Amino acid sequence: MAARRAFAAAVSLSMLFALSPATAQTPPAESIQIGLSTDAISITAGFSGADLTIFGSLENPDPLIARQGRYDVIVVLEGPPRPVVVRRKDRVLGVWINLDSETFENVPVSYSVATTRPLQDIAEPAKYKQLSLGAQNLYMKPADETDSPATIEEFTAALRDRKAATGLYSENVGGVQFLSQNLFRATVRLAPNVPVGTHKARAFLFKSGMFVKESSAQLEIRKSGFEQSVFRVAHDDSFLYGVFAISLAMLTGWLGRLIFRKD
Amino acid sequence: MGIYLPIAEISVNVFVLLAMGAAVGFLSGMFGVGGGFLITPLLIFYNIPPAIAVATGANQVIASSFSGALSHFKRGTLDFKLGGVLLAGGIVGSTAGIFVFALLRRLGQLDLFISLLYVVLLGTVGGLMLVESVNALRASRSGAAPVLKKSGQHNWIHRLPFKMRFRASKLFVSVIPVLGLGAGIGFLSSIMGVGGGFIMVPALIYLLKVPTNVVIGTSLFQIIFTSAYTTLVHATTNQTVDVILAFLLMAGGVAGAQYGAKAGQRLRGEQLRALLAMLVLAVAIRLAADLFVTPPNLYSLSAAGLN
Repeated sequence: MAARRAFAAAVSLSMLFALSPATAQTPPAESIQIGLSTDAISITAGFSGADLTIFGSLENPDPLIARQGRYDVIVVLEGPPRPVVVRRKDRVLGVWINLDSETFENVPVSYSVATTRPLQDIAEPAKYKQLSLGAQNLYMKPADETDSPATIEEFTAALRDRKAATGLYSENVGGVQFLSQNLFRATVRLAPNVPVGTHKARAFLFKSGMFVKESSAQLEIRKSGFEQSVFRVAHDDSFLYGVFAISLAMLTGWLGRLIFRKD
Repeated sequence: MGIYLPIAEISVNVFVLLAMGAAVGFLSGMFGVGGGFLITPLLIFYNIPPAIAVATGANQVIASSFSGALSHFKRGTLDFKLGGVLLAGGIVGSTAGIFVFALLRRLGQLDLFISLLYVVLLGTVGGLMLVESVNALRASRSGAAPVLKKSGQHNWIHRLPFKMRFRASKLFVSVIPVLGLGAGIGFLSSIMGVGGGFIMVPALIYLLKVPTNVVIGTSLFQIIFTSAYTTLVHATTNQTVDVILAFLLMAGGVAGAQYGAKAGQRLRGEQLRALLAMLVLAVAIRLAADLFVTPPNLYSLSAAGLN
């Protein structure tokens, strides 16, 4: 009896000892990392949109879950936030006129999403709303919150729709691919009219429909040397720029006459 | 070949812009107008933001009108004094126009106002010219001698005070309508991105009775300065002049204009006017359709806080 008790004590003792390494043994929490090959992209004269590849890795993935394909990654490239006015045309005396409008604060100018699977297959819609993730779930803050919810709803939908139509908000289902158990590659689209400024790349890790972790990196999109110079001069030395534009026009007019003269 | 426009912040096709410039240049050379009333709507159809289309259109007009004014200067069909007075009015009108432009842009009604102005002005001018030229064509076909301008004919404009003599135009007229006309054209130039030749030419001929050979040169001369001023003000207040865009249009335009001028010499005056009238009306109808036809999308976005 005593021996048995001693044995039990030894077991419980050994279990106790085993517990502390066990905390290290229960799989440590998964996390996600992404890396950009560059922290700045220059838009050159020939720019007509591009695909941006972002590599990332899963840290401490559970091999079983990984094999079952129950890890999902959503990568977002979010443009700089800016206030936007959405206007609606209505018919007045037969003419279509901008009448109602709604201003939203801090709307990302662009929003490209790449996912492993269709969004609805990864997690519950409520989850996306909570994370403000995905073009359809992104929270748009109206400047005037006293407007009726129906109006705000209507203009928010129109805002998303217009952004998608111009290619600024895009979704690339299957754009995230696992290259190995740990490594993944995401391809997000940069629209031809992608805004310049500081963009934010964010990666969201989901495990069996549950959000686990987020990681982000910054990406500067700017005009390349020449385009940047033109833009800067136009804004900083606008008078000189105007004089230059006029001189260029006169020179072109004069040269054109010399070269192509027909009379 | 695509090119990225630094101010419009959009990627466009170089050849489309060159062709657009050449086509408009050809027509403007043929008819002796700056072509701004064609280039601005074309740019808007090509998805260039209206504010940039207007300011860049004004810049483009300088090139074609400078090129045209040079040849008129060499032929001696340019009234500097008349052009100068028109210009004085033009600067005032242009300044007012820039303020209205910025105001409308803030209110979100800029596009509507530009379209309405185009429809009303192009419709009126095109319609009047078409009626006049068809009458002239019919008269010449029936063998009747064309009705010449009666030099003694006066209208209410000639009874206004502050008369001034314009020697090159063989004109003795009050400065009030000249200044007013200049101001009106300047206003339109800054809001519509046009030189205003399509209004200036008929107004000088029919209202002030300036001899037709002097009209085009003088109108082009004053348009250079009005559109240069407009370009400068848009560049400084709105930063909406895109030199790359303007240069592509000009390069196509000056080439096209010289061929157009050659082609124009083969046509008779009233045929030319009838064709121009139809062109102007076609643009007006196209723009009017946009105002009245249900747009495919009722919603539009614009950056908030633009002044």
